[in-house]
Amino acid sequence: MAQELNLLATDNRGQSQLEAGMNLAGWDEVTQGTVLTSFEGDATGIANKKAEERTYSDFNSYTASVASWRVQKPVFNRDICIDCQNCWVWCPDSSILSRDKQMLGIDYDHCKGCEVCVEVCPTNPKSLLMFNEHADLEESLAAWPEKKKKEKK
Amino acid sequence: MAITSIKNLKEFSTNNDRFEGAHTLCPGCAHSMIVRELMNCTDDNLVISSNTGCLEVSTAVYPFTSWDTSWIHIGFENAATSVTAAQVMHKVRKKKGNLKDNDAPVKFVAFGGDGSTYDIGFQWLSGAMERGHDFTYICLDNENYANTGGQRSSATPVGAHTSTAQAGTHSYGKKQKKKDIVSIMAAHGSPYVAQLAPNKWKSMAKGFQKALEVEGPCFINTVSPCCTEWKFDPKDTINLTDLATDSLMFPIYEIIDSHELNILYRPKNPISVEEYMAAQGRYKHLFKPQYRHIIEEVQKDVDAKWDLLQRREEARL
Ligand SMILES: Cc1ncc(C[n+]2csc(CCOP(=O)(O)OP(=O)(O)O)c2C)c(N)n1
Ligand code: SF4
Ligand code: SF4
Ligand code: SF4
Ligand SMILES: [Mg+2]
Repeated sequence: MAQELNLLATDNRGQSQLEAGMNLAGWDEVTQGTVLTSFEGDATGIANKKAEERTYSDFNSYTASVASWRVQKPVFNRDICIDCQNCWVWCPDSSILSRDKQMLGIDYDHCKGCEVCVEVCPTNPKSLLMFNEHADLEESLAAWPEKKKKEKK
Repeated sequence: MAITSIKNLKEFSTNNDRFEGAHTLCPGCAHSMIVRELMNCTDDNLVISSNTGCLEVSTAVYPFTSWDTSWIHIGFENAATSVTAAQVMHKVRKKKGNLKDNDAPVKFVAFGGDGSTYDIGFQWLSGAMERGHDFTYICLDNENYANTGGQRSSATPVGAHTSTAQAGTHSYGKKQKKKDIVSIMAAHGSPYVAQLAPNKWKSMAKGFQKALEVEGPCFINTVSPCCTEWKFDPKDTINLTDLATDSLMFPIYEIIDSHELNILYRPKNPISVEEYMAAQGRYKHLFKPQYRHIIEEVQKDVDAKWDLLQRREEARL
């Protein structure tokens, strides 16, 4: 490599390295820096577009999934939910799907199964509970616990 | 600037996230709760820079980015430098009128961990504050160098076990007190500094909005419980933050123009420091007879600090 670039035989070392670098554009070569674009095309006004209206680029982690991180998953029971949005504000993985002040469900591509949403859900019984990753939705809902009586302290 | 409604959670939840999932922060990590809240506080364009640390490495795993805004990463210590440089460039280009949309409001924000804020990036932060740029610096304070395996930082509190201040037969963990970064930043003459916590989402959102709105360099220290290094169950991140604010280990307050101190949360039923510590593995050794006195010492410090804050609030200095 050193010989190829003739590093020792010239006073224009920087120049020859630069020229050699131009041919080394492989993924495993060190480059000066990287620019990733989050969206395809114009991103103006993106804050006012819902996820489903956006044109995410392949570089946006929105297009990736961390579903395999989960052992258990949160299951949502619409019948009990009061749309308080506690789960929305505290989910660390932007995985609570809320639209027009309503909680719609969980984005299972991005949920890591941390259970924070279950902890902060104030209803009785909770509107979110953890189930085995492979549990069936109907069966999970059928197994939902009854309202808990307040424990006397 | 266009701030979004934080009247209640329902209204707040109509915002469209600009911090995307499938980042690689640990399940239950508070860093992302804080970042999401900042980004949902406004619909202005944001230019964000992050120091090296859990947030930065987990949101820019090549070839992915989790940021729907402009985001710059250069090095461990220079988020304040990079974002203020961008701010100056924006100002000049705006004056020349050669921006794509010359009137679009833009806010400049830097995120740093406690390691990069209290220690390694301290002079870069101090410099940016002194130069008086219009930007907001947010420290995600998890009281250790989490990304490199939990070394002690100057934000680590007395008695906590870390990989470089270990608890054992002859040591109770870290011996030095936590640096008072909020006072140091206020002393720079900043128009707005605060300490905020994600469990108190509304005061946090309000503080973020104030910082974004106020012209000049603003600083916010946020409590960011780290389940991995503090050693608690990821599901308890918000429960643990409640213990942090209710025990007054993390008082919630703001300082306007270096002197006007307002306490933003007064626990109705304050709990002991012991209860807060008992919920985390990093303090477990303090419950052995030979180290119990450390808990009392920390309690005394916390009481004294709370007393001081209240007196400063009253005296307005
Ligand atoms: C100048 C420099 N020193 C050290 C490191 C190694 N390093 C990378 S991340 C990190 C820990 C960051 O800790 P903190 O700022 O508290 O952020 P956290 O990961 O805890 O969120 C360290 C020491 C580095 N990248 N650059
Ligand atoms: S389990 Fe965790 S990641 Fe999944 S939706 Fe609930 S809070 Fe979000
Ligand atoms: S926290 Fe529970 S009640 Fe509130 S919106 Fe979420 S699921 Fe519904
Ligand atoms: S180590 Fe701590 S701060 Fe880092 S990603 Fe995990 S929980 Fe978050
Ligand atoms: Mg840290």
